[in-house]
Amino acid sequence: MSAPLLRAEGVSLRFGGNVALDDVSFEVRPGELFAIIGPNGAGKTSTFNCISGVYRPQAGEITFREESVLGQRPDRIASRGIARTFQNIELFDNLTVLENLLLGRHHVMRAPWWKAMAWLPGTSREEYAARLEIEYLIEFLDLTAVRRHPVGILPYGIKKRIELGRALAMQPELLLLDEPVAGMNAEETEDMARFILDIRSELGLAMIMVEHDMRLVMDLADRVMVIDFGRRIALGTPQEVQRDPAVIAAYLGGATDDVLESVREELS
Amino acid sequence: MTTSTPERETPGTPERETPGTPARETTDSATSRLTGQSRSLLAGPDRGRVNRNALRGRPRLYTSYAGDSALLNTPAKRWWTLAVILLALVLPFWLTRDLSHLLSVAMVMAIAGIGLNLLTGYAGQISLGHPFFMALGAYTGAVVAGEPGSIVIGWELDLGIALVLAAVVPGLVGLVVAPLATRVRGLYLAVLTLGLLMLGEQVFKQWASVTGGSGVGRAGALPVLFGNDLEQTYAVGPLLIEPHVSLYLLCLVLLVALAVAARNLARSRTGRAFAAVRDRDIAAEIMGVNLLRTKTLAFVLSSAYAGVAGCLYAILIGRVAPEQWNILFAINLLAIVVIGGVATISGTLIGAAFVVLLPRLLEWLAPWLPFVSTGSGGLITIFQLESILFGALIVLFLILEPRGLFGLWHRIRTYFTTWPFSY
Ligand SMILES: Nc1ncnc2c1ncn2[C@@H]1O[C@H](COP(=O)(O)OP(=O)(O)OP(=O)(O)O)[C@@H](O)[C@H]1O
Ligand SMILES: [Mg+2]
Repeated sequence: MSAPLLRAEGVSLRFGGNVALDDVSFEVRPGELFAIIGPNGAGKTSTFNCISGVYRPQAGEITFREESVLGQRPDRIASRGIARTFQNIELFDNLTVLENLLLGRHHVMRAPWWKAMAWLPGTSREEYAARLEIEYLIEFLDLTAVRRHPVGILPYGIKKRIELGRALAMQPELLLLDEPVAGMNAEETEDMARFILDIRSELGLAMIMVEHDMRLVMDLADRVMVIDFGRRIALGTPQEVQRDPAVIAAYLGGATDDVLESVREELS
Repeated sequence: MTTSTPERETPGTPERETPGTPARETTDSATSRLTGQSRSLLAGPDRGRVNRNALRGRPRLYTSYAGDSALLNTPAKRWWTLAVILLALVLPFWLTRDLSHLLSVAMVMAIAGIGLNLLTGYAGQISLGHPFFMALGAYTGAVVAGEPGSIVIGWELDLGIALVLAAVVPGLVGLVVAPLATRVRGLYLAVLTLGLLMLGEQVFKQWASVTGGSGVGRAGALPVLFGNDLEQTYAVGPLLIEPHVSLYLLCLVLLVALAVAARNLARSRTGRAFAAVRDRDIAAEIMGVNLLRTKTLAFVLSSAYAGVAGCLYAILIGRVAPEQWNILFAINLLAIVVIGGVATISGTLIGAAFVVLLPRLLEWLAPWLPFVSTGSGGLITIFQLESILFGALIVLFLILEPRGLFGLWHRIRTYFTTWPFSY
């Protein structure tokens, strides 16, 4: 088996006395779709924040392509090939869809400010090349009609798609998706699932997906990690995980046997 | 089951080469695989250009990204810009000396306003310290190209050199201050830059050999540009270029150049980074924007713009005293940005014209305004009326139309072009 793309080992993160992550370890392989699930407040978003450099865990190690990401600034980590979307949409509201997507190209572009001020040929060439890349994404994500709209005024489902586009524009090797279908209706969810599948098959990206929609997770993921109160309680294929008693207990607390049975049926 | 069943193939090896190489350049067509578009249209020498004949009568169709993202991307914008520039070129020959001088001041304030807009409007870092950097530019210019006096130093070099240094020195001071300024934001940054302004005022008052000292002040740079003394009248063909006209034209050329440069910056990678930092700094960082570098750049560039404006301002006003770079000046500059429109360059031009010309307009109107006193009687003086109007306008624009006069105009235009539909 090839070396893991991302490796987290014994990651622990505390906020004062509040333990967000407690000795969490996992590996993500190249091209794999790795899902992280868990109840609210389990530490899923915190895991993402540790990977992308927003939080610094007190203990443990996270390596990307065998090189640590801890202590690096988020923009450095981004340019090493990790892109993400956010649970609560974090788009640049006053910028148009185009500009938001172009921002994803920021770390690839090189033209310095003084060249830009004179709009020297190097700058324009780079801008138009970036624009071309973005146009493919706009077409892929079906955003053609809203290209020039400021994202602040667009509906939620479209914003989620733009965020995905912005992350893709970064041409990452690892894509972190924080609840990509949260708050979406069935149709939008299906669209998003299709996008994720297309991205996988066409670009071969590795992805980590945090999602509460179990059906989506069980359908798409290669492997699933379950965390609860910051601790990893299960890791394995979707089939293994949904049979795991610890997982069922975590999701349902002290539920009775019939409830567990019906949930098992629902899940499988 | 709504979601489609995924093909559970084993994940392929990644498409990417080893880290750290310029591999990103070679894989930059990766996204094209998502749509499977043909690149042939964009590959040839014409790069996606459409035959001219097909375009006739359809001027609003963009046929290349260059055309789409150009500064003047519609014919209307091109014609308007041409008309405004022609008018600006003709005006000083036609207006009185006094009025064209006033317009020159407006243009200089526009340069300062554009600088402030880069920092405050585009990058979202509010600053009250802008007059401090204008003062630095004014004194740099005065020392480099000014006349020496009994106390003040002046090297009498060319104005060309003075203008360059008037951008460089404030820029460098900005670079020194930036590490502090980039660590705080919002109200704290406003207070910090206000502190800078007050500190500067004290330094300028004490440092008489440069500034002429408290209450005295000094003259600005001598207007000798590339060896030509602009205080003489030149004859170009049938045209007589008087001193006030040459200064006006100098301000105009610099304003146009600096405004175009700022617009170019705004539509580039750097401009987007400014806006990203303004809207959501953490997300910007996660998208690969270096926060510290971006904020520092905004601060330095804005200081350099202020410096050039300060140098010209001192030349136009004739004499500048350390006291005048104060909080009121800072508020006037913010008024230009807010009234003109945050994060628009053309708006800043309108805002500067408005803020500089409004007092003169009020003076004209005063005899017809019964509540304004021009000598005796009346409720308020013309200066009070001016302050009240500025204050009210700032508040109104902040609340009702954050995009300023520019936004107002935009709304009106949209209203008429889409009438009778409301959107
Ligand atoms: N910046 C912070 N300061 C203090 N506590 C935090 C912070 N960020 C997260 N936490 C805490 O860490 C724990 C894990 O939060 P996290 O956001 O990772 O949960 P999550 O698994 O993403 O939950 P959800 O499904 O609701 O998104 C929570 O108890 C939360 O209160
Ligand atoms: Mg979360």
